[in-house]
Amino acid sequence: MSNSHRRMLLRLIAAAGLLTAALLLPLAGWARLAVFLLPYALAGWDVLWRAARNIVHGQVFDENFLMALATVGALATGEYPEAVFVMVFYQVGELFQSCAVAQSRKSIAGLMDIRPDYANLVTDGGLIQTDPEEVAVGDAIVIKPGERVPLDGVVLEGSSTLDTAALTGESLPREVQPGGEVISGCVNLSGLLKVRVTRPFAASTVSRILELVETAAERKAKAEHFITRFARYYTPIVVLAAAVLALLPPLFTPISWTESIQRALNFLVVSCPCALVISVPLAFFGGIGGASRDGILVKGGNYLEVLARTEVVVFDKTGTLTRGGFQVTELQPEAGSGEELLELAALAECWSGHPISRSLKEAWGREPDSGRVSDGEEFPGRGVRAVVDGRTVWVGNARLMEELGLPFQPAPPSAAAVYVAASGRCLGRILISDRIKPDAAEAVAALKALGVRKTVMLTGDTQAVGAEIARQLGIDEIHAHLLPAGKVEWVEALLKEVSPKGALAFVGDGINDAPVLSRADVGIAMGGLGSDAAIEAADIVLMDDKPSKLVHAIVLARRTLAIVRQNIVFALGVKLLVLVLSALGCASLWAAVFADVGVSVLAILNAMRCLRRPRLP
Amino acid sequence: MKKRFSLKNLDCANCAAKMEAAIKRLDGVNDASVSFLSQKLTLDADDARFEEILRQAVQVCKKVEPDCTILL
Repeated sequence: MSNSHRRMLLRLIAAAGLLTAALLLPLAGWARLAVFLLPYALAGWDVLWRAARNIVHGQVFDENFLMALATVGALATGEYPEAVFVMVFYQVGELFQSCAVAQSRKSIAGLMDIRPDYANLVTDGGLIQTDPEEVAVGDAIVIKPGERVPLDGVVLEGSSTLDTAALTGESLPREVQPGGEVISGCVNLSGLLKVRVTRPFAASTVSRILELVETAAERKAKAEHFITRFARYYTPIVVLAAAVLALLPPLFTPISWTESIQRALNFLVVSCPCALVISVPLAFFGGIGGASRDGILVKGGNYLEVLARTEVVVFDKTGTLTRGGFQVTELQPEAGSGEELLELAALAECWSGHPISRSLKEAWGREPDSGRVSDGEEFPGRGVRAVVDGRTVWVGNARLMEELGLPFQPAPPSAAAVYVAASGRCLGRILISDRIKPDAAEAVAALKALGVRKTVMLTGDTQAVGAEIARQLGIDEIHAHLLPAGKVEWVEALLKEVSPKGALAFVGDGINDAPVLSRADVGIAMGGLGSDAAIEAADIVLMDDKPSKLVHAIVLARRTLAIVRQNIVFALGVKLLVLVLSALGCASLWAAVFADVGVSVLAILNAMRCLRRPRLP
Repeated sequence: MKKRFSLKNLDCANCAAKMEAAIKRLDGVNDASVSFLSQKLTLDADDARFEEILRQAVQVCKKVEPDCTILL
């Protein structure tokens, strides 16, 4: 609670005290009016002042004016206690509303609190603390344990682990060593790092993320536009209706002027659309803020709306569903043991940096003794040759075996195989596959559970490899052998299948798929940490590379939309009900004030739920 | 040219919507957005007349919500 909030609270408590006193005093006539005017003025002088000032500025239908009119009208018709009560109650509601909004803004801002405060710049005169914006590209900075990385850069000295939780929502420590990249916004956990800055602050990851989340409020959702348009018509119509209600009934029916004016005053109180105008954007803001805490960057409320309607999800394969690295799945020796086969292959490949070589070394799991290997040579697109323990060993694909003229048993087309040959014969093969991300199958199943009608995978790989992965993951449809342009064509074809109420989401790793990302109803890039292309091209960026974050994003989007709908229905419903009851003379000024500020406060509290972590299926 | 400004004492969401609508109507404004939640005004207007348009926007805001000021 801020100081101004506290002052307001004291004022209202004093006003309530004076009102109680006024009710207890046995006065009549002018004296009675005077004792009620005291708390009235104390509680509402600012409302009256603003109302008068705004009329001078030509702002007629503002909230202050309507409230002033309603309470002055109540005083004029002799309802002194009611007028004061309503003013106090209105101000309490306003105060509460202001606190709630301030609170939610603070908690959303807290979620985005990844801005580094300073950088330790290395200078001739030692370390100086400076504003990250003043550090130039090429400068050296020092990051101590516990400090936030202020700018993107490359490690010059030192090694440490970085906590990426602020960016990805998951505290998975990242190891960094000299030569490795560090990303601003991470927290240095253990060692002292000296870093050469590679990007100015304005272009560093942390600035780009903040910029993206801050501008998200500008891309308004349809529901927000609806509310803005609605508000423009609602207030004048209700005020007009109030005028009609005040003037007509006394002329044509036995209803008294006092009675009809009181009914019309109710209309004025209910005529502010504030509950909707605050709570709907707040819900989207909260949804986007809550998502960013979990490493999901949403570029606008409109994308949450689209995401909630997702009916078809199209995945890119490599880097999205699979890691883009390989792993050994099976050892199939023709002679000797599998372990020997793997050892031979790993040793022969020990010089090579090819991803397949790395997977073989990883599968073998031991440190190769380079003394056993000599004369290594690589044959691009085929494999390697090396002398291991005095024997010449060939490791490579089917083409290499054919070129060597060695008889071998080919592997089925759905698997990629590495063949190992030595002493003039093929010793067997090692099956490898693209490594499926551990949560990919789970994510596809969860999408189905959420009612996504169809999942599709697009890949540049062969049909056989793609089909095998699709089968393992439970993906409905696969299209293989695709170049980036082919992916766009498939997305366009699939867009035609989507029902008018549904939407198509494309999920890629942001590399080479910018055209597809922009063609889909909502483009989602994965593994955005450090990738410029992904952050630029996509509508939604999943900062880490987990497909299950997509499920998280959809659940969150749907909940946000549900809360927005609840608020619209609830606020309009209550207002309409009070309007009808007022017109019939069954609602008091109390009910009207509740329909104004009471509903606002409840809608704000409901919108705050958007900040909480959703429960995942 | 697109620029963002902080707003001080923007206390009512409906006023923010009114300010936004009024600024959008100004001559030379391509787009404008007043966010009640981030308390920011984003103004996209003609480069050549930006300063002048900004002055008009300040006037308009004063009229709609005298308590609110644009931090330049």
